[in-house]
Amino acid sequence: MDKLNSLHSEQIVTDRPDFHAGDTLDVHLRIVEGNKERIQVFSGVVIQVKGTGVGKTFTIRKISNGVGVEKILPLNSPFIDKIVKVKEGKVRQARIYYFRERKGKSARIKEVKKGK
Amino acid sequence: MDVILGKKLGMASFFGPAGREFPVTIVQAGPCKVVQVKTIEKDKYEAIQIGFENQKESRVNKPLTGHFKKAGVEVQKHLREFRFEGAGKISVGTEVNAAMFHEGDNLLVAGISKGKGFQGPVKRWGMKLQGKSHGTHESKRGSGSIGQCTWPSRVWKGKKMAGRMGSDKVTIKNVEILKVIPEKNIIFIKGSLPGAKNGILKIRKMEA
Repeated sequence: MDKLNSLHSEQIVTDRPDFHAGDTLDVHLRIVEGNKERIQVFSGVVIQVKGTGVGKTFTIRKISNGVGVEKILPLNSPFIDKIVKVKEGKVRQARIYYFRERKGKSARIKEVKKGK
Repeated sequence: MDVILGKKLGMASFFGPAGREFPVTIVQAGPCKVVQVKTIEKDKYEAIQIGFENQKESRVNKPLTGHFKKAGVEVQKHLREFRFEGAGKISVGTEVNAAMFHEGDNLLVAGISKGKGFQGPVKRWGMKLQGKSHGTHESKRGSGSIGQCTWPSRVWKGKKMAGRMGSDKVTIKNVEILKVIPEKNIIFIKGSLPGAKNGILKIRKMEA
């Protein structure tokens, strides 16, 4: 697999931050409408990070007008302008599917405190 | 000349120029050597035989070693024949590599599909499942009746039944090249191709 990815490793975007499930991100998406292009920010909680190399994807979830919205995005997609890590969450699972059933007060993730 | 032998390395993700993500099959296409040329005068048809991947001489039997020696090329692991017009004019020993391919070219790719073993008619021929209820018993994935009655008193030849599936020659037309790395003889082909990893593929450029 690594050998395969090394053949087109120039497609891997290197300046993506290192994040995992439970983290809160701001994903700046490039939206192309006709010949106009604008940036839309999708901020939510990472549910899972899947795959390796060029095909690596992540699932990000947010609550929009009371409805849960999830996006599965390729990490190296050129349509992602940038990813900003807002909060680092403390979770035990690598894939926090249980988070989908949580609402309100229980849908909170402890933040990892850094520095001390 | 627009034919080559390739080896399927595996599948990966690839972002096209517009940013769209495509599934790609990565193929090691060549370098190959022309080992034998068949001409109309001598063989009554035109074709070239090309070899792919060098092999230790001790791994090949003596008649085959002689065949390579006659052509003046290293001992090759795989040999395949391609028939096309004008093949008789190509000289023995010519190197064939992936540099002849370009982005956007359409290919015809043939390979041997993965073996599936002994499979029932539902998987092998796409027959419908029988109902799971309304009195069905002992049979849910069978093919049903296999013929008529007094006439013809036998089962027609070629009746679709259970049996060995896969390991067939599968040809796919019009598969697009998304990227070529000529110095490494690697081509990225959009979509899937027949066979397992490390399987040998016969690749032909299609006329535009």
